[in-house]
Amino acid sequence: MKDLHLKALALILVVIALGMTYYKVDRLGVPLTPENSTHVWTVEATLTFDGRGDPAKVALAIPNTPPGFSALDESFISSGFGVSTNTDGTERTAQWASRNVRGRQHLYYRMVLTDSAGAHTDRTKPVPTYPEIPEYSDPERAAVFSLLDSVRSRSADTSSFAQELLHRFNDPTPDAEVKVLRDGASEPRAKIDKLRHILAGARIPTRVAHALHLNAGLRHGSLNPWLEVYNGQQWLAFNPETGDRGFPSDVLVWYAGDRPLADIDGAGDAQVEFSSARSLRDVMGLAQQRARLLNSNLLEYSLLSLPISTQNVYKVLLTVPLGALVVVLLRNFIGFRTFGTFMPVLIALAFRETELIWGCILFSLLVTLGLVVRFYLEHLKLLLVPRLASMLTIVILIMAGVSVISHKLGMEHGLSIALFPMVILAMTIERMSVVWDENGPSDAILAGLGSLAVAAVGFLVMTNPLAEYLTFVFPELLLVVLAFTLMAGRYTGYRLSELWRFRSAAKAISNR
Amino acid sequence: MMNAGGSGRWRSRLRLMKRNPPMRMPWTLRKLGILGMNQRNGDYISLYNERRHYPLVDDKLKTKQLALEAGIATPELYGVIEIEHQIRDLDTLLGGHREFVIKPAYGSGGNGIMVISGRRGIQFIRASGATIPRGELEHFISNVLSGMYSLGGLPDKAIIEYRVIPHAVFDAVSYQGVPDIRTIVFRGVPIASMVRLPTRQSDGKANLHQGAIGAGIDLASGRTVDGVWFNNVLDSHPDSGNAVRGIQVPEWDKLLELAARSYDLTCLGYLGVDVVLDRDHGPLVLEYNARPGLNIQLANQMGLLSRLEKVRALDEIPDSAAERVALGQQLFGE
Repeated sequence: MKDLHLKALALILVVIALGMTYYKVDRLGVPLTPENSTHVWTVEATLTFDGRGDPAKVALAIPNTPPGFSALDESFISSGFGVSTNTDGTERTAQWASRNVRGRQHLYYRMVLTDSAGAHTDRTKPVPTYPEIPEYSDPERAAVFSLLDSVRSRSADTSSFAQELLHRFNDPTPDAEVKVLRDGASEPRAKIDKLRHILAGARIPTRVAHALHLNAGLRHGSLNPWLEVYNGQQWLAFNPETGDRGFPSDVLVWYAGDRPLADIDGAGDAQVEFSSARSLRDVMGLAQQRARLLNSNLLEYSLLSLPISTQNVYKVLLTVPLGALVVVLLRNFIGFRTFGTFMPVLIALAFRETELIWGCILFSLLVTLGLVVRFYLEHLKLLLVPRLASMLTIVILIMAGVSVISHKLGMEHGLSIALFPMVILAMTIERMSVVWDENGPSDAILAGLGSLAVAAVGFLVMTNPLAEYLTFVFPELLLVVLAFTLMAGRYTGYRLSELWRFRSAAKAISNR
Repeated sequence: MMNAGGSGRWRSRLRLMKRNPPMRMPWTLRKLGILGMNQRNGDYISLYNERRHYPLVDDKLKTKQLALEAGIATPELYGVIEIEHQIRDLDTLLGGHREFVIKPAYGSGGNGIMVISGRRGIQFIRASGATIPRGELEHFISNVLSGMYSLGGLPDKAIIEYRVIPHAVFDAVSYQGVPDIRTIVFRGVPIASMVRLPTRQSDGKANLHQGAIGAGIDLASGRTVDGVWFNNVLDSHPDSGNAVRGIQVPEWDKLLELAARSYDLTCLGYLGVDVVLDRDHGPLVLEYNARPGLNIQLANQMGLLSRLEKVRALDEIPDSAAERVALGQQLFGE
């Protein structure tokens, strides 16, 4: 049999992949389709610091009954540290300690949450003391009291008082008092401090709430400050920018109060980053439990055991083989011509951020503008490498220009042009212009459109939710993709385009 | 009446579609023995062309030197420019030659070739008649050196060689440029030939894709058969109107022997040999191609696959090039 070795190899790969998948589905109960019904969030805080070889104690503020969510699970990942949690009233703290801390350290705190919008959360504690009226400086004093008076006359209770104050403070056309007070308070945190300073003039107790805006693929995120006001019974939250009351459903309150997020004894400064994912942890958690019962390590060593931010990277990376598969199909079976073998896959990755239509528009725009400049450069008779470097610079400038102009025109999609792989684009423009010169414009445009078409099809396949889910939860299925591409490597049949290309020769032979 | 006429037109159009469909079924092409790109790569190039022999044909300078040793005629080498600095010494390199060709050693597909047909003061005259200032020529050479035309953009060398003066035999059917004769040699046996004739449309280039005419050549007699232009069978040259069919290529057997001997030189089982006919020097090997294209099937209106299969099935291939030529002519001549 022809290519027996290859066929056997492909068969073995497929059998392994399907066997593992079957085991995971049938025995461990891993679902074959993504579950969208319940929103389960996995949120992770990563604390990074440098040890100095001394004993170190690290305290991290962690959520305690956050409004709008209920916690399913929490875990601490830290090698070589002892961990304890500590609840003091409404404040909750995780404490890590170790005798000898040397070099860069990463501590992880991970919690699994579900939305529970209806659940009532107690926001009455802690009961604050009423603040003294601060010693305002002279010009400030007049502005604060005049502002508070006018706000008081237009409000009924503490809540509407705070809301009216926020509206006045955020007014795009502020009056003189607000202008004075707003000076130097444009940063969110500085603004809240200023508002608290003003509210203290009306003896209203306030505090800062630190909250995380949850996002399905959040990486390197940080906390945003919110203003909270005590109305005599409970704490009310306000968005410092809009004045809207209450937390939106995708905002997780991490902690409230003036204490620092992380506090370190015996080591350098700590950096805290947040990541979140809308995860499959609920069904996967069940599957993992069952795996443990069956003494199977299959899920223990799966991608789901990685930190969330790494998981998010792999969710994207694992779809890249599908893009490569699309390239193989369109080039070797259909007969598409593209610039660069895998350039379309990189463009397709950029489309993830720009979305398809805008991605195609931006890509065409960038390549067209780049070509125009490239034809001009032709007259300057530059050497190859400096010319490529100039093209790279120009491509980046064009990208920046497109971003700025589209932002001014209110088309925010234009901003995502920054995610295009600019080195690849510069090379593509160079290759395209050489083909244009030597084989004529039709060849160049055809191959350019071919690249774009392959990128578009690749994007549609790579972002298919089912494909994303399957490659992430069942990465062994990529062995099937591998088996197919191996087999395609020995496909010696005709390409679809050749059926057209050789039509006249075929006619002549059959007439003979 | 109108109705009947309309349906009649439709019927005739349908009949035309049936006789000349825009596409053919894969099994039809297979039956007719047409070779596809995937099969060429998978069943022939990857099996018969060992990768270690590639550098020899990819580097045209090396090809030239080996051909010289084996006594295979190629255009005379005037000089080589390997580093930017040498461009200044162009005149010493040229000696007294006023006509010459500059091409990249690692070039492919006929790209990056500059033909100079004379000088006027400090300016050079290109084959098309246009003048090119010295500075622009130097820039062209430096582009060649930086790898603009080489496979994979690698640093390159510029070869300066004798400018071929085409034999008069194709004068009536070519527009500027130099017609070249491509022969596919499989296991040392020539299996198909075509001549590529430049046209006004192809801008004097012998590239079928850009509008050059491809005319098949009968292996036995060395006479051209019908030409193909943009995938259509053609009786006469689109520029001159002269007949393309029935032109006798001079020194045909010598040309085929050159092609067959190239197999011993390159060790490539599936080889494309490009030969030009010079007025004074006869057939000269221009370059070898380890991945020759499939257009020769269009030019000859025949399938390569059936011919390849015939040679593949042979138990023994003669050692002498002349016998292999005779074998090819006997198997595939008309």
